[in-house]
Formats: sequence, structure tokens, C-alpha cells
Amino acid sequence: MDIEKSTQELADRLQYIQDIFGSRQPGDVALLAEKLAEFRAREQAEGMPQKVKLLAQIQDLFDFVEKKLDAELVPMDKVRIVRHPQRITLKDILEFVYDNYTEIGGQDEYSIDPSMVIARAYITRRIGDKVHNQPVMVIGQEKGHGQEFRNGGSVKPWGNAKALQYMKVAETENIPIHTYVFTPGAFPVEDYPGAAQQIARNLYEMAALRVPVVACFSEGGSGGAEAIALADTRLMLSHGYYSVISPEGAAAIESGIRQGQRAPVSMIEECAERLKITAADNLRMGYIDRVVHEPPLGARPHHYDFFKRLRQEMIMATDEAFLGVKGLGLIRGMALKRRKKDAVADPESMFVRWVLDEGAADRLVWKRYSKFRNMAKGAMRDKTPASRRLTDSLQQVSWSTYSYLRYEFLRTYGKKLMTLAEETRAEAGVVLEKVLRPFKSGGARKVDTQTIQKLTELSCAEEGICLTGDWDGGYVSPKAREDKAVTCPNASTHGCLDLWAPDLFGDFAGVCQYCGHHFPMEYQWFIHNVLDKDSAIEFGQDVEAGNPLDYPGFDQKIEEAKRKNKIKSSCLTYEASIDGVKIVIGVLVAPFRGGTVGAAEGEKFIRALSRARKKHYPFLAYVHGTAGIRIQEGTNGVIQMPRATMAVRRYIEAGGLYTVLYDTNSYAGPVASFLGCSPYQFSVRSANIGFAGPGVIKETTGIDIAPDYHKAYNALARGHIQGIWDRREIRNNLVQAFQTIGGRNLYYR
Amino acid sequence: MQDVKAILEEIKASPYEEVAILAPHAGKVQFKVAGEGTKVYAPSGTWREKPGTLLASLERERNPRPITCTRKGEVQSVNTQLDGTFVEAGTPLMVLRHFFTKEEVTQAILKKVLFLFPAPERAKYLFAPEVDKKVKVSGCQSIKVKDGMDLFIVSRMKREKPLAYNGPDGILYAVYFSYDQNVDAGQPLVSVCPENQMDMIRDVVNRVQSDWEERE
Repeated sequence: MDIEKSTQELADRLQYIQDIFGSRQPGDVALLAEKLAEFRAREQAEGMPQKVKLLAQIQDLFDFVEKKLDAELVPMDKVRIVRHPQRITLKDILEFVYDNYTEIGGQDEYSIDPSMVIARAYITRRIGDKVHNQPVMVIGQEKGHGQEFRNGGSVKPWGNAKALQYMKVAETENIPIHTYVFTPGAFPVEDYPGAAQQIARNLYEMAALRVPVVACFSEGGSGGAEAIALADTRLMLSHGYYSVISPEGAAAIESGIRQGQRAPVSMIEECAERLKITAADNLRMGYIDRVVHEPPLGARPHHYDFFKRLRQEMIMATDEAFLGVKGLGLIRGMALKRRKKDAVADPESMFVRWVLDEGAADRLVWKRYSKFRNMAKGAMRDKTPASRRLTDSLQQVSWSTYSYLRYEFLRTYGKKLMTLAEETRAEAGVVLEKVLRPFKSGGARKVDTQTIQKLTELSCAEEGICLTGDWDGGYVSPKAREDKAVTCPNASTHGCLDLWAPDLFGDFAGVCQYCGHHFPMEYQWFIHNVLDKDSAIEFGQDVEAGNPLDYPGFDQKIEEAKRKNKIKSSCLTYEASIDGVKIVIGVLVAPFRGGTVGAAEGEKFIRALSRARKKHYPFLAYVHGTAGIRIQEGTNGVIQMPRATMAVRRYIEAGGLYTVLYDTNSYAGPVASFLGCSPYQFSVRSANIGFAGPGVIKETTGIDIAPDYHKAYNALARGHIQGIWDRREIRNNLVQAFQTIGGRNLYYR
Repeated sequence: MQDVKAILEEIKASPYEEVAILAPHAGKVQFKVAGEGTKVYAPSGTWREKPGTLLASLERERNPRPITCTRKGEVQSVNTQLDGTFVEAGTPLMVLRHFFTKEEVTQAILKKVLFLFPAPERAKYLFAPEVDKKVKVSGCQSIKVKDGMDLFIVSRMKREKPLAYNGPDGILYAVYFSYDQNVDAGQPLVSVCPENQMDMIRDVVNRVQSDWEERE
């Protein structure tokens, strides 16, 4: 027995405890340190049998103290656990959970992104005399045990792109995917493919992957986690965390500190508690399916029993994902029941072939959609009266029926009828022509008076091209009622003269006449001046933003936002028309808590998409502004990223035209999911689009960024958006886009 | 050609420049600096994104506009009697004193004594092959140029044509282009120094670099 090695291991365990608890629990740490020193002093003089006995005693003591301390862990301790260099990493999992693996596209720092590790692995199951090697695609962030180049598992956009590429490979090969989430968050740079846009692309593709995905969370940091975590089964390690933002980030926002300063430690601990980030919290809220229990104070590479448990859990989750959609319903149910019963004993005792046929893959995708659709239901306040709910659902049925008749039934049979009618008419024409020819007189063709007028008179101005005195339909910004001059921010470089507020915010639609800089306007300006007059009809007003985590002090803040803005959430949904084209619109309103998205906003957006799908209307997401996911809602907010993206995917696959238009500032979660996944994203000039703001980029990456880093033109140059529009041209451009992109039927394939 | 030493003496006699701050437009002025001797700073940051010291604000039509400092230095005088009053555009508000840096002194001297050969159009510029060889081996100051000499190649959108030097004879003092960067029309390509002044210019520039005291 290597006493020296074992002693070193004990010293490491002691150091680990000190790292996790800091200055707390000084008694226990002192006791362990004293006993370890005592053992070191005594073991020199003792013989081997006595050494082994003493070692066993002190190991027992360590086990005992660790178990005792485990009960006293607070959420912030768990954050420290997952970030500790001794924490298990993906490489350990590949080594001990799978029977064999080949790493794809990376060897330590020689990788497109060393923080994303991809491997083809297999699990061997021996059933009787037969050995089955079941292949899986393993994808996850690798933190490395203190390897600096891994970036702590903070994945760059191209790392997420690599992950997506191999998810598609797994889909082609028809093998399941196991993802392991070990990330504090994505690396927030905009270089192509762009942090936000790539996560959005990952979510969009994962929403309809035709192979089962099982995700396992250790450190689930917001958007970075979501990039690989949209899964059929989501497991979570008991000492992990899954959160919308790091506790440090939340504390920085809460305490309102400036860049470069650090939030007080007590505030960070408090935020970790308030955000409900632990496995137990997330299990209770329904965002994960099961918790994998870890040894006291979290799993480290020497906990071999833990890897065995994790292996069993992963196999069981994968089996369930397959059995849940495979074969006949009755047999499926029986097999699942048996599977669950057997699992307790040995999940590897039963063999499930990990292959899906077409029908089963369809069921899998639908099941995944339903699973996420049903999440976060209790996290918002739906005050719709029962009677309205009934009429709403009846209405929805009628829309679906109408759509079916018009777009499915009539399209198929109507076309046949039309062809028949055309042919008959042509035949009749020929016959009639022959019969009537002798009776027809010659001479000049008669020209109607309108054509004569058109050809002989001068043309006059088209109707509506000039504003007449009695124009009263538009919305006038309150800023236009102030008698003052406004200076354009580009005045020093472009020589713009001062603009008079009533001109600027009235006739000029907030656009500087000299340089074209766009000042922010209110969202009402868009509703009243871009859409057809009085055509916008709001729906879903009864869904209200709440405070699902009972975040201290947030009730007042949200009520204040509702009162000030006279709306119930930052997402407003309308049915409207634009130049006669009927559309459904989802608006994210910037003044309402920064346009942040929580459970209510996500739900409203999804309902609006569903309405557009049922009525066969195009959908426009007008992002007046959004600062990201509402952090005070914790994972209730972050789960809206996959939820809404899945709804978008469903809408687009049904043939819908999904267009996004950014105004002012749009950042973080929404851009990294349901907005960024649109193939048609346009922006108003002077808007900022990105993943993280300049302060956060500086803090997390240390990179100083140029003041115009997030400007729309740079987003266009990087390929994140598809076009930039002048605010005064939005209406024309939208109509043009619907007609050209939407095709013959305006909005539907 | 001017006497280099005389120019240096002239600069030494008054080692600063007075910058008059005028009202950019009419309005009510309010001074924001303490008074004489106050240190003021120019815009800073990698992209000069942080504005310079706020000197005054000028309010017109209920729109207060800041007047910020564009050059580092100190306040020499402030027309305090104007504080809180309405001023016309162009009214002198204050005078700043900007002390020359080593770089600025060197540039001022070189500007006066060197001949700058401008780029005739926006393009990439290269030296003609034989000149290029010499420049690479012994540096640009080994090249003697004459009026009408084939010195450059103009490369624009992958098409190349020769360009002859035209100006006074002398030695290439410095090169301001590189083969992979576009030069805008009118920007200098090279600077040329008369052969007999070369040593003196080097001497003066060295003296400025070593002896000039920059004031904080």
C-alpha cells in the first residue's frame, strides 16, 4: 500500500474542504489538520500493519466530517464546488462512465475550442453470451483540472458550432447523444458565428433532432448551458447548479456597482440563495427530471462508485427515451414499467436497442416539444377568466378547421376543379368563336374612357404621398411635445446641426436629418405608425409577469413597472394588418423591466406563434428592446429560451414566415434563442445587437471592445442579421419582405 | 530651406500653444472648470471614446451642450464675467495652454524642413524593384532621389503602374506607406531631406528626444 500517496490524497481532501468553506467551519478544519499532522508524525515510526490501521482510522474520520459538512452546504458552496479544479470533468466521465471512446477534433489545446469536447463513445452491455457495443455521441464542456486553455468551460461560438455539427452527425448515424453541461456561461464574443446567434442555431436544430438527447448538468450557466442542453431527459448532479446568471453577475446588478468593482461577498451568497440554483430547486420547479446523487461535498475523480451510478443513470435515461417512443403503445408501457423496476437492481441487465425508425423519431420530437411546452406553467399569472378560456379554445378549433379547409382541402381539390374549369372555358371559347365569326363586324377596337384619360392627360400625384392637413391617424411621441433642441450624438464627427424635438420625434420619426442616427422611439410609434390604422388588436393581455421565486423586493418592482407602463408584461401580442396583409406580432417592450423575458413573456410569445400557425398568418417579432432573460425569475426565465425556440421551429416547419425586427438595444437570452434563430432578422439603424454588453465582455474576457462593437452595421457585417432598415421605411420594407420572402401566397408556402 | 536650429530655438522660447475656446453657437454659458492653472485632459481610451475634461456647458433652446477639452494642458484664463450670460457664436470663452510634447516638437521641425511627396490617388504603393532591394538591405536613408526618378509602383485593384518622383533632390528621410495598406489621395508617401541638412536634422531630432522636458 502506498501510504505516501494516500496521505497526499487526504491533504488534498483537506485543502478541498478549506477551499469550499473558506473561513467557515474552522473547528472541523482544525480537527482534520491536527489529526493529519499527528498521523504524519506517528506513521514514520510505526510498522506497516500499524500504518494501514492508522490510515484507515483517519480516512474514516475524513469521511465522517465530510458527511457532516455536506448537510451544511449553502448554494454558494455548490457554486464553489463545481468550479473547483478537483471537480470531476468530462474527460473523467469519458474515462470511467463509457467503455471506450475516441475524442473528435481536439487534443488538449490543439482544438478549435478546447472548452468543448466531443467524443464517439460506446457502452458495452453483456446480455447472456452476447456483447452489445452501443455507440453514443458525447458532447460537453470540459473545464480541465486547472487547465487554463480550457477557459473554465466557457465555450466560444465556434465551439458551439462544432457541437452542433456533431449533433447532426449523430442524427445521420442514428445514435443517441449524451451531453454534459460544465459551463459557467458562453464566451461572449461576437466574432462569426457569434455567441448569441450560434446558441440560437443550436437550440433551433436541437428542437427537432431525430435522435434522443440526454443531458447531465453539473454547472449550468445560462445560455452557454442551453446550447447543448435541450434534451429529452435532463439529469442534474446533486452538487451542481443551473442558473440564469452567475451569483456574482446577479450581485453586481443588484448592488448597482460600476465596472471593475466587485460586489460584496454577502450579496453574492444572498443572490445564490435567492436565484434557486440548486438541483433540488430545479427538480421541484420541473426543469430537470432526476437528480444524480453525489458523494459528500461533491464528486471528485477518485469517487469510482459515483461514476458507476452516473453510468447507470445515463443508460437508464437513454433506455427510457427510446422505450418512450418505440414500438407499440401497450408493449412500450409494459417495457418502461419493467425497466423502471429493474433499474433499481441493475439497469444494465435489460437490453434496449438504441435505434429509432421514422415514426418513432416523429413521436420523439413531438414528445420533446410537449415536455418543454408544459414547463414553467406556474411561473406566471394567467388571469384569463374561465369563460374566455372556453371561447378561446373554441375559437382555436375553428381557426384550425378553417385553415384546414382553406389551405389543405381546397388547395388539393380546388386546384383540380380550377384546371377543369379552365379547360372547359378554353374549349367553349373556341366553339363560340367559330359560331359567332360570320356575325362579328370589323373596325377599331373600342377604348374605355379611363385609358384615354391615362394616355392623354398629365398624371397627378399618387394618393397618400403627401401629408395633408387633416392627418390625425399617427401616434405622436411625448418627446415631440417638448419645445427644445436636441443634439445628435454624432454632431462632433458628422457636423449635425441641432434638431428641434417636435421635428425630430414627430415628422422625422426620431431620425437625424444630417447623419441618419436613429434616436429611440416608443413602441407605440411602431404600433400606430407602421401598422394599418386601428388594425392592431391586442390579445393575451391577461397573462401577467409575476415573481415566481418570491425574489425579495421584486414584487414591488414588477408592480411599479406594470403601473408605469400600463401593461402587464414586457411582451405584447397583437393581431394586425400591414398594407392589408394580416399578421400576428409579438413586441418586446424595452421600458418594462428593460424588455426582459420571463415566464409570462415566453408563454405569450408561444401563444402568439400558435395563433399565427393556426390562422396561417406571418409572424413578426418586433423587438423594441430587450436586455435578456429576467434574472429575478431564475431558471423559470432561462427555460423560455428552449421553449420559445421550439415554438418558433414548429411554426416555421408548418410553413410560417417568421421575421424579426430589432430596434434600440437587443441582448442576451432572447437573441440567443427565439429571435436569433430566425432566418430573416432585420434591424433598424443605430440599434445594438449582441450577446453581452461591453461591461460584461470586459469583465469575463478581459477584452476591451470598441464603442461600435454591437452596432447593427457590425452585426450585418458579421452575418448575424440580414438587413438594416431606416425607421421611416419600415412599413414599405415589411410589405416588400412579406411579398418577396412570403411568396405567392404572401406568407405561407 | 530653413535653418533647423533657429526653428528649435523659436519653439524653445515659447514651448506651448495657446488654444482659444470659442462658443460654437449662441447660448447661455456656464463654466465648469475651477479657473487658472486647472489641469485639463484630452479625450482618452483606445478609441478616444472617453471625452475630455468638461470645460463649460452652453444651453440653447433648453438643450445644454457640453464643451469638452480636445487637447491636454492647463487653463490660462477664463472669461468668468460671461458665466451665466447669453453669448454669441464665436465669443472667446477661455484660453488653454497646451505644452508641446517631444513628438509634437519633432513633427513641427520636420514639417518645416522636409519635403513631403503626396500620393496622387487612393491605392497601395510599393517601391520600384531596385529601390526596394536597397531599402530592405540598408534602410530608406540610403536612397538618393532625383526629380523624375522611377520610385514607386502604384497598385490598385490588382493593376500596377509606375509612378515617378517629382520634387527637390535629396535623401529619403522616412517612408509612410506599407505594401499591404491603402494610402488615401493626398497623404504623404515619403519625406525627402536635402542631403546637406541630413546630419543636422538627425542631431536636432536626437536632441529633442533626449533633452525636451515634457510638462505634465
